[in-house]
Amino acid sequence: MIAEPDGQGSYPPEERERRVGFFTDTSVCIGCKACEVACKEWNLLPEDGLVWTGHSYDNTGELNANTWRHVAFIEQDKPIAVQDAGVGHDFRWLMSSDVCKHCTHAGCLDVCPTGAIFRTEFGTVVIQDDVCNGCGYCVTACPFGVIDRRESDGGMHKCTLCYDRLEDGLEPACAKACPTESIQFGPLDELLARAHGRVDELHEVGVDDARLYLADGDDGVGGAGAFFLLLDEPEVYGLPPDPVVPTRDLGEMWGAAFAAGAALVAGVAAAFIGGRA
Amino acid sequence: MTEPVSYYGRPIVKEPVWKPEIPTYFFTGGLAGASATLTLAARLAGNDVLARRALLVNTAAIIVSPALLIKDLGRPMRFLNMLRVFKVTSPMSLGTWIVSASGTASGIGATCEVLGILPRVKAAAETVAGLLGPFLSTYTAALVSDSVVPVWHGARRELPFVFAGSSCASAGGAVAMFTPCAFAGPARRLAVVGAALELAATKAMEDRLGDLVGEPYHEDSGGMYAKAAKAATAAGGLLMAVAGRKRLGAIAAGSLLMAGAACQRFAVYHAGKQSARDPRYTSIPQRQRRSTAKSPPTSARPTTSHAT
Repeated sequence: MIAEPDGQGSYPPEERERRVGFFTDTSVCIGCKACEVACKEWNLLPEDGLVWTGHSYDNTGELNANTWRHVAFIEQDKPIAVQDAGVGHDFRWLMSSDVCKHCTHAGCLDVCPTGAIFRTEFGTVVIQDDVCNGCGYCVTACPFGVIDRRESDGGMHKCTLCYDRLEDGLEPACAKACPTESIQFGPLDELLARAHGRVDELHEVGVDDARLYLADGDDGVGGAGAFFLLLDEPEVYGLPPDPVVPTRDLGEMWGAAFAAGAALVAGVAAAFIGGRA
Repeated sequence: MTEPVSYYGRPIVKEPVWKPEIPTYFFTGGLAGASATLTLAARLAGNDVLARRALLVNTAAIIVSPALLIKDLGRPMRFLNMLRVFKVTSPMSLGTWIVSASGTASGIGATCEVLGILPRVKAAAETVAGLLGPFLSTYTAALVSDSVVPVWHGARRELPFVFAGSSCASAGGAVAMFTPCAFAGPARRLAVVGAALELAATKAMEDRLGDLVGEPYHEDSGGMYAKAAKAATAAGGLLMAVAGRKRLGAIAAGSLLMAGAACQRFAVYHAGKQSARDPRYTSIPQRQRRSTAKSPPTSARPTTSHAT
């Protein structure tokens, strides 16, 4: 199970909602990109250029300040479980809709020096655009390369898990638009139970590759509010194999900075004492 | 077939958006911090000639620092939003308070010194700046290590010592340049000790990072600045030791040490960007860690049965 996210405990119990998130089941993603479009429309995100990447059907490329859902397309010469791809050789097409993970231990939130990034009552991680001063520290703290600076306004932007829609009792735009329920929205405990059931189901029918990613509270980010069912290693999808929130080592970093500061004082002291000898 | 390290070779973590103002500030902040501590020590030792020079170097370095930091922001007008919170999990938050307090103290101290007024206020201001100096010099290393950038996070134990050494070398060098030789002994010794620490800590950092993750310190801009930093720091340290008692020698050595310290910060900056851009530095060590770890982030369950 996934622990209570950092910061949500500061809400009084009557204001705290059940933690919600996404379960993205990539085994049923058909690569329609309805999630990308719905996200852009609902959140009024600027377009990021009409370019051809040459990377299968992916012309979006990555998550960034203006893209909060990104569908990856991976073509592989591997079999699709027990099915026949019908192209004369082993072939499968992996598709996966990536999104901000809304980590239990969120690096971006930890390092934000203005308090612009906060934990909502739903357990999600949101940037307050009217507070953010665009310092860029969150960019370096995200193990997944999600957050980026938007050049047109200088601020940092990422998925809000449709905070505005949640406030009105609606589901996020991407989940609403997904035609195959590859993107499932709901209370995290329910999603986790469903995801484990789905993995078992896939294993039973011979899809041995199926595995959950970020669904374990013992991983380096304490599990995530957006977790995935993948059919290959995470790095194949552009996801880090063993993500760790950088602030996990905070004690070590402050300790080293303090020790180095002490070395500086010792150096200065020695410079004076050395002269008198 | 070798396993792919990422999705079409794309980066896994984002490249830092910081511009060259940031490594420049790492240099000026480090110089300011070490010279503030030198000022306080000189005052305590009764060397007022040295203390005055160190205070002025400290103030000059700290005055440009906020300007560099504000200019780098995506929204500079909102700089003051930094001062609405105090967060120990954010070295940048703590650092902003350190720079603000230390800069204010240095400004007050330098004003009193130049105008020759309020000796007690000056002493108090110099004490505050002197005590904050070590943190001002080293927190920036904690700041960059508190990230997912492979060469920064991987060097979290060594980087503060690199910055401390580099700060001492530049502060000692700069102050020795402006101080009559008879009074500059402690500054010269600080410069030499600092240069030695900088070189030793840099070596330890590169050893820690290893062949793969340490690559950016040997390639492209990161490699170029790293090489320049080592050469200038070693030459400056040696020159200060042998010729620092002559004013001309001190000026040459001080210039080399300052150049070395600046190159050191630019090496860290560029190597960081390079290491974020190339997914190998993120993927490969994590994959190795995962294969040895007890609880991997992907929990594939054992297959129960196979359909035929």
